[in-house]
Amino acid sequence: MNTKFTYAFISLIAVLIVCFFANISLGSVSIPLHAIVDSLLGSSDHESWQYIIQNYRLPKAFTAILVGSGLGISGLLMQTLFRNPLAGPYVLGISSGASLGVALIILGAGIFGGVFATLLISKWSIIIAASLGSFLVLSAVLLVSSKVRDTMAILIIGLMFGSITAAVVSVLSYFSSAEQLQQYIFWGFGSLGNLSWYELAIFFSVYIVGLILTIFSIKALNSLLLGENYAKSLGLNLKKSRLIIILATSLLAGTITAFAGPIAFIGLAIPHITRQVFTTSNHKILLPAVFLFGAIIMLICDSIAQLPTSDYTLPINAITSLIGAPVVIWLLVRKRKMLF
Amino acid sequence: MKTDQHIILKTENLTIGYASKKVETVVASNINMALQKGQLIGLVGANGIGKSTLLRTLTNVQAKLSGTVYLNEKSLDAYTSSDLAKTMSLVLTEKIASKNLTVFELVALGRQPYTNWVGNLSETDLEVINRAIIQTNIEALKDKKCFELSDGQLQKAMIARALAQDTDLIILDEPTTHLDMYHKAYILKLLQKLVKETDKTILFSSHEIDLAIQLCDTMVVMTNNSVITDTPNHLIEQGIFETLFPKDLIAFDNKLGSFRVKK
Repeated sequence: MNTKFTYAFISLIAVLIVCFFANISLGSVSIPLHAIVDSLLGSSDHESWQYIIQNYRLPKAFTAILVGSGLGISGLLMQTLFRNPLAGPYVLGISSGASLGVALIILGAGIFGGVFATLLISKWSIIIAASLGSFLVLSAVLLVSSKVRDTMAILIIGLMFGSITAAVVSVLSYFSSAEQLQQYIFWGFGSLGNLSWYELAIFFSVYIVGLILTIFSIKALNSLLLGENYAKSLGLNLKKSRLIIILATSLLAGTITAFAGPIAFIGLAIPHITRQVFTTSNHKILLPAVFLFGAIIMLICDSIAQLPTSDYTLPINAITSLIGAPVVIWLLVRKRKMLF
Repeated sequence: MKTDQHIILKTENLTIGYASKKVETVVASNINMALQKGQLIGLVGANGIGKSTLLRTLTNVQAKLSGTVYLNEKSLDAYTSSDLAKTMSLVLTEKIASKNLTVFELVALGRQPYTNWVGNLSETDLEVINRAIIQTNIEALKDKKCFELSDGQLQKAMIARALAQDTDLIILDEPTTHLDMYHKAYILKLLQKLVKETDKTILFSSHEIDLAIQLCDTMVVMTNNSVITDTPNHLIEQGIFETLFPKDLIAFDNKLGSFRVKK
């Protein structure tokens, strides 16, 4: 039964490798292909090219892979857990929590004023604020979800938390200077390109924990395809599995938002694209497939965003939405109902 | 001491209903029944009498208010969720969440209590799955997606899934709703065949009283005051079915074994 998927997987891996090399060979400075290979091996005699490849383009490509696959996987987890094809990693308020944290740092900095403010707005403080923000909102959602039996109620509670944080951000924006607002909006654009190898290593460690939790949830996810009562009758510990799945999502989506900003639509659209191609709901197949699709599409979006050969870089969030939104509309029009 | 080895499911002073923090709504109380192994058992009663609540309580979907349920001589509370999954399987009225599964995948999910952490199917698992598919006559549907099936076909697939779970007891909540007359008879006849072929015990709730009278070994009749368990013939002789419904519209015909509209 699995053989029909083998070819699909082999071709996807091939496409991923091509996209990966295409992504690092495209940029504002054009570098010939042989020089890229040399730079990757560390044997290039062109020092600035080697620097660009090793310290800028390579970490950015890896970030794109982690961001795309991680968001896709957390979208898949949420869609199965909530039995809702329109659920994404952000329905639980992860993105709004992160936004709140960052807004408090950037927009609230004015309150502290002076030297302290400039100290506060470093890259690390934004990462920490985003993580803390999404973590806090998620803990609140988790706390409520342990009391609520109905999974749909958790979905609505997540959306409500999102509204509350959005409102707080609006109030903060109202009292902020134009400069601070601009900085906040720039964070909201999302960015894959600002990570050092050290930051990438931290990002990767958290990502791996989320991924391992997901892999251990495959069986639970498959039984949840029948609905919660059937899953329970198959011996599933519903509360525990739900906690693990939500935790995995928050680790994946939370760190991604912290390091790369709130990136839209990937989490929602990737699982649907994957289901169209692989026509299965078995998570043993879907999980690696979503990983590959997420990574490939994020690499493509990033390649488009950096507008090859020009000096401009478009906001990555705009590109993912430009690609993601039509995909969702197309799916709805073509299928009428979304299968999951 | 009397042994209950031939009894699969027994309740002692069971009270069912809904409990919130302040109020307890009792649906039915003092339910005492003992169901024998290897039988087809039909649970009948008027709408709102508590059939679903009883089944939900027996299957641990809903908490009981008081009393004890014994499954294979062991209290239901003493079962771990994975042991329970190996002893009792369910076919519920609720729709399955994802209809993107193929019939084979759906039936295979019945093997979850036995598979490893990632859910890989062993040779034995495949054997049990294929046997369940053959026993329910759905070989031709094996690779179809659930959204392509009719209600009757989907119900057969759900029964196959419960069979694949390989439990002593299978409980079905109104397996014949939404089906036409032929398929109602077909599904209940299939359940009767499965009981004979597999020595499993099957308990189902239904509004098809006349079909149940013809096919069941034992029937459980729920009325406002009591829950009575007996063979269909004894129940007819005692005039139990007369007490099921208000008497203004329909009457039970003992000779026909079914209800008639009053003229």
